[in-house]
Amino acid sequence: MHVETPPASANGPSGPPVRVAARDVTRRYGAGDTAVDALRGVSLAVEEGQLTAVMGPSGSGKSTLMHILAGLDRPSEGQVWIDSTEIGQLGDAELTALRRAHVGFIFQFFNLLPMLTAGENVSLPLELAGANGDRAWVDELIERVGLAARRDHRPSELSGGQQQRVAIARALVSRPTVVFADEPTGNLDSSTSAEILELLRHSVDAYGQTTVMVTHDANAAAVADRVLFLADGRIVREIGRCSARDVLAVLEEVSRG
Amino acid sequence: MRRVALRGLAGRKLRSLLTGLAIVLGVAMVSGSFVLTDTIGRSFDRIFDDSFENADVVVSAKEATSSSASRDAPAFPATVLDEVERLDAVAATLPSIEDEARLVGAQGELLAAVDSSLAFGVDGGRNDELNPLRLLEGEWPQGPGTVAIDAGSADGEGLGVGDSIGVVANGPVRDYRIAGIVQFGSSTSIGGLTIAVFDLATAQALFAKRDRLDAIQVAGVDGVASAELAAEIRPLLPETARVRTAAAQAEQQSKDTRSGLGFIQYVLLAFGGIALFVGSFVIANTLSITVTQRVRELATLRTIGASRRQVLWSVVLEGALIGLLASVVGLFVGLAIALALNELLAALGIELPSGGLVLAPRTVVVSVLIGTGIAVAASLRPALRATRVPPIAAVREGAVLPASRLARLGLPVALAVVGVAVALLAYGVFADGLATVARLLAIAGGTLLLFLGVALLAPRLVSPLAWLLGWPGARLGGVAARLARENAARNPGRTATTAAALMVGLALVTFVSILGQGLRTSFSESVSELFVADYSLNAGNDPLNRSAAGAAARAEGVEVVSAIRGDDAQALGERVHVNGVEPNVGEVLQLTWESGSDRVPAELGSAGAFVKDEYAEEHGLRIGSRLALRTPTGDVVPLRVAGVFAEPTGGSPFGEIAVSSARFDRSFTSRDSEFTFVNMRGGVTAANTAALERAVAAFPEATVETRDQFRDRQLSQLDAVLNALYALLALSVIVSLLGIVNTLVLSVFERTRELGMLRAIGMSRRQVRRMIRHESIVTALIGAALGIAVGVFLAALVTRTLSDQGIVFALPYVTLVVFVAVAIAAGVIAAILPARRASRLNVLQALQYE
Ligand SMILES: Nc1ncnc2c1ncn2[C@@H]1O[C@H](COP(=O)(O)OP(=O)(O)O)[C@@H](O)[C@H]1O
Ligand SMILES: [Mg+2]
Repeated sequence: MHVETPPASANGPSGPPVRVAARDVTRRYGAGDTAVDALRGVSLAVEEGQLTAVMGPSGSGKSTLMHILAGLDRPSEGQVWIDSTEIGQLGDAELTALRRAHVGFIFQFFNLLPMLTAGENVSLPLELAGANGDRAWVDELIERVGLAARRDHRPSELSGGQQQRVAIARALVSRPTVVFADEPTGNLDSSTSAEILELLRHSVDAYGQTTVMVTHDANAAAVADRVLFLADGRIVREIGRCSARDVLAVLEEVSRG
Repeated sequence: MRRVALRGLAGRKLRSLLTGLAIVLGVAMVSGSFVLTDTIGRSFDRIFDDSFENADVVVSAKEATSSSASRDAPAFPATVLDEVERLDAVAATLPSIEDEARLVGAQGELLAAVDSSLAFGVDGGRNDELNPLRLLEGEWPQGPGTVAIDAGSADGEGLGVGDSIGVVANGPVRDYRIAGIVQFGSSTSIGGLTIAVFDLATAQALFAKRDRLDAIQVAGVDGVASAELAAEIRPLLPETARVRTAAAQAEQQSKDTRSGLGFIQYVLLAFGGIALFVGSFVIANTLSITVTQRVRELATLRTIGASRRQVLWSVVLEGALIGLLASVVGLFVGLAIALALNELLAALGIELPSGGLVLAPRTVVVSVLIGTGIAVAASLRPALRATRVPPIAAVREGAVLPASRLARLGLPVALAVVGVAVALLAYGVFADGLATVARLLAIAGGTLLLFLGVALLAPRLVSPLAWLLGWPGARLGGVAARLARENAARNPGRTATTAAALMVGLALVTFVSILGQGLRTSFSESVSELFVADYSLNAGNDPLNRSAAGAAARAEGVEVVSAIRGDDAQALGERVHVNGVEPNVGEVLQLTWESGSDRVPAELGSAGAFVKDEYAEEHGLRIGSRLALRTPTGDVVPLRVAGVFAEPTGGSPFGEIAVSSARFDRSFTSRDSEFTFVNMRGGVTAANTAALERAVAAFPEATVETRDQFRDRQLSQLDAVLNALYALLALSVIVSLLGIVNTLVLSVFERTRELGMLRAIGMSRRQVRRMIRHESIVTALIGAALGIAVGVFLAALVTRTLSDQGIVFALPYVTLVVFVAVAIAAGVIAAILPARRASRLNVLQALQYE
């Protein structure tokens, strides 16, 4: 089989390295008459240290794209690279190893383990990887997300915003190549959302954390370095850093088709 | 990950508790059996150690035909004593008689059963250091009419030295003066045994052992090793005596009791094992439901880097922890049960020499290993299921577990397992020339596999069965019951496993009841066919002293008295049971002859014998065949077959061979009659019964029974055994009940939102409770239906092989209906807690529940 290598950098050989790339990715759910094409040929490259937002109307394929980029789902066609590794052919054990070393997740519903404390949730990925953990780093992250005082609380004792902070710290703790966030503010009120977005932005600025965020919230997209617009399974527009109002305008344009 | 499992357990307290309980019960049974039998065993060891405390070697009676020890072994000639004493190496000897004599209380009641009423004939004041008996008060008995009794009996009856007590010693009750009070070794009480001590000559006369002895304790001179002493004595002994060092003798006696205890232990352990097997269904089901409910959590673990192996281990670890904790708790519960049983025995007067319970390291190791092992084994399938949770389930709503490859092969696999099970069962039941152990293993293995196979098939049967069995409820219980029926069929796998746990207990109970019914039926038929006498004289299940027959004969109106004696002997290279019959046996028993005629018993003479049809067939015997009998005394008796007796399938009073009682009495030392039948003028009347009872009044152990009383007594003994088995199996049913509770609690938890919705649209609390209760009943009925079907199948198979042993296949309808009622009751009880939880749901919270 012919395996192509991913483009080294979107901005030429001198630009920052590409951490996540996709080429001609399609995803078809089901078969025959009822088949749904969630993605119809998506190519992209995410550069190191960037916060990339993926926007689009509901059903445009945002989540599908993220799942495929993160190796949770496989494309029907096309290829995906994380840190120069083509992940389409990897088995479960290799994908697990990849997730440990290279991928962090932030979920819409937080997905914290209810029986562990905030602190234990944060250090869990390190323990799973068998690393004894960089305690100082865990402490710093918990400090940074503002939960030092809540460290020994269970998720059920935390507000939604606090839970999502724990989730962010957990995603960062393994210093992954890329963090994927699926509607990280989808379940939060607007002021809490703003805090969470600030935190995400901060992680990119302070640690150079490459991040891909799926959202349909224009305010969320506004903190991104780059916004990709998805419609009907295709990337239809791409803009750089801009205001929420600009994002909304583009989104409206895109949605009208 | 260890933390995830640990905290998960703590977070799911109720289900962990219920699951753990399922193991606690089984392990408690296992540890309790060990502790109880070990404790009893050690008590006996002490007694045996006491018996030979100062002796170096022991000469004891043995049967010429058998190497195993037996209390009934014929005594050896007293001349052995003289020869032993002549040896230079012998310093002191103590000859004794060991037999049975029952003490009679003030009300004429027996103080102990026959096998716990010891009699000793030993001369006090002579080499007392060799005597295991210790004189506590008074003096050693001397001369006929004096006796020493044990302190326990004396205290119990308020008797002391100088008082008189009735003693039954190989004849009618006679009064003796109490010369002294004794105890055996260091034990004040030995399991409710009573002791009567006579001087040696009195005992020899009483027990028809004139010039004979049962045992000689021997002390050697200093410097002679016990083994050397034994070697010197050995050549002096006849074939009805043996010599062993005291240590070897104690060890042998200990071994003999322990092998008896071992049987009880195996039986109890088997039932503990069954409870654990049922418990494994409960654990597997609970963990499996837990995995289903934790899909999102497990998937999240996978997204943040958990490998499949880690997920697998987290579930197995959870199972192992439940198992370990439950095993430890079960170990101590078992200890408590053993303690309670010990106290109970003491309260019943069967007090053992105390010294506390024996908790052997083996008990701890086996209990903990088996409990934990079962839990781990049961967690494997749910754990494998958990590894199939895809990481993407963390982000997808309502993600379901993909079916395993095994599940897709579900039907063929289930059918294959059932097929193998049936093949194994058929092999165990029908194969020729299989050793008993192999046969039992094949049947046990086949049964286990059958349970597993049916459990695997069950998910496919759940829907139709739920529909069918839920029908009456749905007709009567309205919409709540109809929903319950749907709910039961909603998760067929879950309902199937829950029901399968109950199936195991009910199948075994059904099996036992059918076998019991078969035994009842054939035994009753045999009694009806054979027993044509008016009365039977019995000493419960024990043989009745032969002189009781003579006493009965003197009653007014007695026409026929016919006694049947019995003992074991050797013939044609195997151990057989031999009976001695009187010429008039045909008047009390209706015998059917395969060859020969009703005149056979009267014409046996001194060399004639009749044999059982089965035995005749096995050895090719017919009228005129010759065989030699070797009796326990070593006599060889040549016999000629005079008739072949056709035994009814339900058994008869006869062993393989019967001879005339005149012949029997010349060659056997057994003094008692196994059966004594009486015919009276006018048949069974109140006056005749009273006359007969008066005639045998001097035999307190004798009871007068009519045919129906004779039959009913034995049937009630069978019922007692059946009830004991039911009680032991009830444990498994209770474990499966815990399983139903657990499944329902988990289902209620899972359907919180739905229950809230139902409440919101107008379902009352009562209707919610009814819905849960009906689901529980439907599940229990599915278990009952499967269990009864499997039980009937197993019983049909087994009765087929046992048909020649008189067990016919007969369905005990009433009992089966009772089992169904028990299942319904179990369903109702199991539903109490979950139904209450469901009906107390806060509607608003339930709807918001995420
Ligand atoms: N598991 C699935 N099975 C079938 N169709 C799906 C599945 N997941 C998503 N789809 C379909 O694919 C399309 C894209 O979905 P998704 O990626 O979730 O969109 P978005 O996240 O942008 O709302 C939609 O039409 C959706 O119905
Ligand atoms: Mg989406």
